[in-house]
Amino acid sequence: MIDVRSVSFRYRKDWVLQDLSFEVKRGEFVGVIGPNGSGKTTLLKILYRLLSPQQGEVLYSGEPLKRMSRTEIAKKIAVVTQEAYSLFPFRVIEVVLMGRSPYLGLQVFEGERDLAIAEKAMAWTEILPLAERSIDELSGGERKRVFIAKALAQEPEVILLDEPTANLDIHHQIDFLDLILGLNREKGLTILMATHDINLASEFCDRLILLRQGGIFKTGHPTEVITEENMEQVYGCQVWVGKHPVSGMPRVSLLKTSLLKKGILEDGTLERDREGKS
Amino acid sequence: MKILTLRKVLFLSTALGVVLGLVILLSLTMGSVKVKFTSSMMILFRSILGLEGGGTETEQAIILSLRVPRALLAGLVGAGLSVSGATFQALLRNPLADPYILGVSSGAAVGAIVAIWIGLGILSFGLPLASFVGALLTILVVFYFGRQNGKIHPNTLLLAGVITSSFLSALIMFFLSISQREELHTIIFWLMGDFSFSDYRAIGIIFPYLLFGVFSLYFLARQLNLILSGEEYALQSGVNVERLRLLSYLLASLITAASVSVCGLIGFVGLIVPHSVRLLFGPDHRLLLPASALVGASFLIASDTIARTLLAPTELPVGVITAAFGGPFFIYLLKTRKVVKTL
Repeated sequence: MIDVRSVSFRYRKDWVLQDLSFEVKRGEFVGVIGPNGSGKTTLLKILYRLLSPQQGEVLYSGEPLKRMSRTEIAKKIAVVTQEAYSLFPFRVIEVVLMGRSPYLGLQVFEGERDLAIAEKAMAWTEILPLAERSIDELSGGERKRVFIAKALAQEPEVILLDEPTANLDIHHQIDFLDLILGLNREKGLTILMATHDINLASEFCDRLILLRQGGIFKTGHPTEVITEENMEQVYGCQVWVGKHPVSGMPRVSLLKTSLLKKGILEDGTLERDREGKS
Repeated sequence: MKILTLRKVLFLSTALGVVLGLVILLSLTMGSVKVKFTSSMMILFRSILGLEGGGTETEQAIILSLRVPRALLAGLVGAGLSVSGATFQALLRNPLADPYILGVSSGAAVGAIVAIWIGLGILSFGLPLASFVGALLTILVVFYFGRQNGKIHPNTLLLAGVITSSFLSALIMFFLSISQREELHTIIFWLMGDFSFSDYRAIGIIFPYLLFGVFSLYFLARQLNLILSGEEYALQSGVNVERLRLLSYLLASLITAASVSVCGLIGFVGLIVPHSVRLLFGPDHRLLLPASALVGASFLIASDTIARTLLAPTELPVGVITAAFGGPFFIYLLKTRKVVKTL
């Protein structure tokens, strides 16, 4: 469905993305991980044409993204990035209705049908009781749901998420990702999510794309991507990869590397678990 | 669920329109020459019906040739500046933005001063024409310098506007410092904003621009809501941001240029009216633009009426009144309206 073909991009002199190619199939839940500056956000921005690559192209269902109009893109691809803050705060229902924008053209007011779609989106994200509240009165978790509802009101095929769980506590992280997983499994939406949280990505995504310095280092099922060797090579730090006790998916644990090296801290635990694994 | 519909906008606009009508009627009966309320109403309604009479000939002249055009012109300018201010606040994503922030007014002032200097001021259309040309040139210059890689960037546009404005202000100061007494008086009155030369021709000049500008901006109202949350958000929602910025910049600037060309620089209206309306009715431009137009018209007519009656027969510059009365009222709204509610 999304076909990225040897895309390269640079803001100024240095290439941020270099010769990137991958494909996302309809209905997939894909996670994009990688260190700071590896090009995750840039990649997402290219996928909805906020930025245009200098080389290569992005095809959407076979059609080049660069030939699609803004409204065509917005009807197919919804984006939820970090906090979009309005200069003057709108109410929740007004924000969700903004998702209908690509369908309205020169029409100034939303119609009955738009309202019905917005209400359905709000029911799905469980924010109907908040409808009349001003967006700046809500908590971070509630606001995230509002923007998901707005994205749903766009009736997209794909949702792009950039760091969706940043600044959320664990309860809200799980709530939010459960919601996204529901959209993926029940509504069949294709999800592409850039995140720093490797463990959440491992738990929720069907497939991971691991970026390093603007190129794909490894892509595949989380068990193929999240290995100690891959993590060390990409992030440049030693980690311990174990298994999630319930799901069995890979789980990264961080180590106090420098203290271990200096011998101040004994790595008894580490040794014991390594033995246990082998 | 309560959402904004055309019916709500029309309902509220009608209500504000009634207020505006009352303000106009009231302004016609007030002035340095006492005309009784009943006779001024008689004169007005008889003339609307195409009849003469209703008062003495002097009274007829005062009402029909002085006060009516003056009220109408002040209303148009108040509406134009308020709509333009609201648009600039959204376009630049800056609550401090007003119609003059990008230097349109300074350009108009330089045009007017040049006209006064070379004696064009004697011709009745000379001043407005010269200031309109000055304003248009400024719009183009700021637009030219305010782009980056062929795109309008709000902060670049803001900087280009502020710097152009400062440069033109330097020119204004220069002209002021070398002007003779009689020119000085005309220039200073123009700079402070002045409705004392209002006539039907001035109304005829600016009305088409204002009508076209406000009407066109209304079709961008929904997209202006989206741009309030930034370029990326608007793009994600399917807005052609470049086109929106270009159109709203040109339309709002055109409205400002037409407004200042007939009455000089009237400050404060374009800043506080949109903010007051937002505090009362919420930030949705589909309601904000028409409501600002009507409230702005009422506000400027009322201010002008106070300006010409407070120390009658001496006229105060209307800018003094807009700031002196508008400022405290705005602070009052800011302090009391904590919760923003839409209809």
